[in-house]
Amino acid sequence: MHYNWDWSILLQEPYLQWLISGTGWTIAVSLAAWVIAVTVGSLIGIARTLPNRMVAGIATAYTEIFRNIPLLVQLFLWYFVLPEIVPEPLGHWIKRDLPLPEYTTAVIGLGFYTAARISEQVRAGIQSLSRGLSMAGYAQGLTLTQVYRHILLPVAFRLIVPPFTTEFLTVFKNSSLALTIGVLELTAQSGQISEYSFHSFEAYTAATVIYILITMGVTAVMTVIERRLPVAT
Amino acid sequence: MKDLELIVDSMPFLLQGLGLSLLLAALAAAGGIMMAVVLALLRLSSNRFLSGAAAVYVNFFRSMPLILVIFWFFFLVPMVIGRPVGSFYSALIAFTLFEAAHYTEIIRAGILSVSRGQGWAAAATGLTYGQSLRHVILPQAFRNMTPLLLTQGIILFQDTSLVFVVSLSDFLTTVTIVARNEGRLVSMYVFAALVYFALCFAASRVVGGLQKKAIR
Amino acid sequence: MIKLSNIDKWYGAFHTLKDCSVNVSRGEVLVICGPSGSGKSTLIKCVNGLEPFQGGEITVDGVSVGAAGTNLPRLRARIGMVFQNFELYPHMSVLENICLAQLKVLKRPRDEAEARAFALLERVGLKDHARKLPSQLSGGQQQRVAIARALAMDPIAMLFDEPTSALDPEMINEVLEVMVQLAQEGMTMMVVTHEMGFARKVADRVVFMDQGEVVEDAATDQFFSAPKSDRAKSFLSRILQHV
Repeated sequence: MHYNWDWSILLQEPYLQWLISGTGWTIAVSLAAWVIAVTVGSLIGIARTLPNRMVAGIATAYTEIFRNIPLLVQLFLWYFVLPEIVPEPLGHWIKRDLPLPEYTTAVIGLGFYTAARISEQVRAGIQSLSRGLSMAGYAQGLTLTQVYRHILLPVAFRLIVPPFTTEFLTVFKNSSLALTIGVLELTAQSGQISEYSFHSFEAYTAATVIYILITMGVTAVMTVIERRLPVAT
Repeated sequence: MKDLELIVDSMPFLLQGLGLSLLLAALAAAGGIMMAVVLALLRLSSNRFLSGAAAVYVNFFRSMPLILVIFWFFFLVPMVIGRPVGSFYSALIAFTLFEAAHYTEIIRAGILSVSRGQGWAAAATGLTYGQSLRHVILPQAFRNMTPLLLTQGIILFQDTSLVFVVSLSDFLTTVTIVARNEGRLVSMYVFAALVYFALCFAASRVVGGLQKKAIR
Repeated sequence: MIKLSNIDKWYGAFHTLKDCSVNVSRGEVLVICGPSGSGKSTLIKCVNGLEPFQGGEITVDGVSVGAAGTNLPRLRARIGMVFQNFELYPHMSVLENICLAQLKVLKRPRDEAEARAFALLERVGLKDHARKLPSQLSGGQQQRVAIARALAMDPIAMLFDEPTSALDPEMINEVLEVMVQLAQEGMTMMVVTHEMGFARKVADRVVFMDQGEVVEDAATDQFFSAPKSDRAKSFLSRILQHV
């Protein structure tokens, strides 16, 4: 096994700059996609528990579709297919005027994919509450909205928040798939450094360390948040 | 119509790609589960060093993006072995080691789901630790966690599409090749999505059925 | 035959067993009673080393349980144990439950193990249930299978850890009957139980535990007629007032 070690290349330009900007893009994709995922995922998850069959059915179909197609295929659908099948003016706009097209597509694709996973946890959280709880609410004359707003969601909240943070880590790792449609995030940059400098070991190690450090940081913050949350029974 | 013809004409090539995806997923799942049983037992061992080492392994792979793991092993495997071994083997090793970390958490939870009393009962009749694992604990643990293992297998099958980044000819790569050669990106990617959906949805339905049966 | 001398056990900072000493001679039936949380279940699990202890010594038939060189599986194979929640292996039939340790520990040939299993099932009145899964049996039947499973190892002594407290009331007697019969045949037994009727009928001695201590250790008649300690008196008055 022969290998030419040179860790200093990581501190040379342009490689250091690449690592920094790659980390920046990774964080930017992850955060934006996570916000979409939590918002859409919560709505879909709640919708799946509603008594209205049609609404619940549509929401369930969303979850099934988005979690049974590989994320990479979904990104390709958003990036290559969507602009071709929407009405032509819109397709033109997407192809020519959409700001930061690769980034935007990655955020939307990753966000809607993760929303399906989050909806599953929101649904499970709400359904794990006893039926007696919502019945007690209805028995006192509360409306459906009031039952969700004042009883189910506050109680389920404690169960649902930890998965939200765990899902951030999933989004964070999955953001590397954005490289397939041309976003130069951290994994892409480490691959590029490896290609240009022939120092693959150093390049991949740098990316690995950055991923692990950020994961550890997020986990630490998560633990603190979870400890502060009121415990509901 | 022309698209349908194109798909039919390219079917042998596409099926080869699908076969590779399924084979990669099946082998990585089998290898990953075997490794994960060992890792889970280490994780649960009272020896702090062993359980710590297993925890480091699991957390390490769980905080890395799979694509980066694939990059790593495409670089490392030929270097360690000293000659090119073919990208399928590099991918297989990457997926096996990566999935083992994910399976470990499932199997560990499965072992913990078997009540402590079962271990006591087995020990009380004089079975050794190994015998009680083999005959009493693991059979029950596997029964409890079969649905989760299968679900993870479906995720693994979807994940095999990531070998696209190293141009190993899995299903998605063969679809892309046909799509680019013929300039039919839209229909070919929609076709790929339908195939993945049909397979994964059907499989998840089967798992759901098993789960309901297990609860009863 | 079973000798516990000055046993101390901690769960972290919690002192669960405090200087407990108990002796069981060959052929003797010892009942251990006491309020829940008194440490009686923990104590009986120390006898075959299922629970580790930090101070004192336990010997079974002259073999030290806590010593580093002791072959615990071999020792355990000689002591039968019956648990509160039966702990039958849910993935195996009744017959396989009784055969597993015979095959794997005693290395008996399968036909011999099965013959022994059928004989014991007949004895506990469950011969027709050999091929069933534990989940197809009632609690009382499961516990009788568990007793047969322990007896299949031809134990020199039997440990019972609250064998009837997870049972519906109408099933308690069918289990107690099997235990009474065993006692009358001269089996050495250590029984943690709240069944005072059983204790009166077959126990030679009763040990009363509270808060991790052996408070009283007396002959059965003496324990019920004239308990020495106030704690035993108040326990008895609470447990017997509805009888």
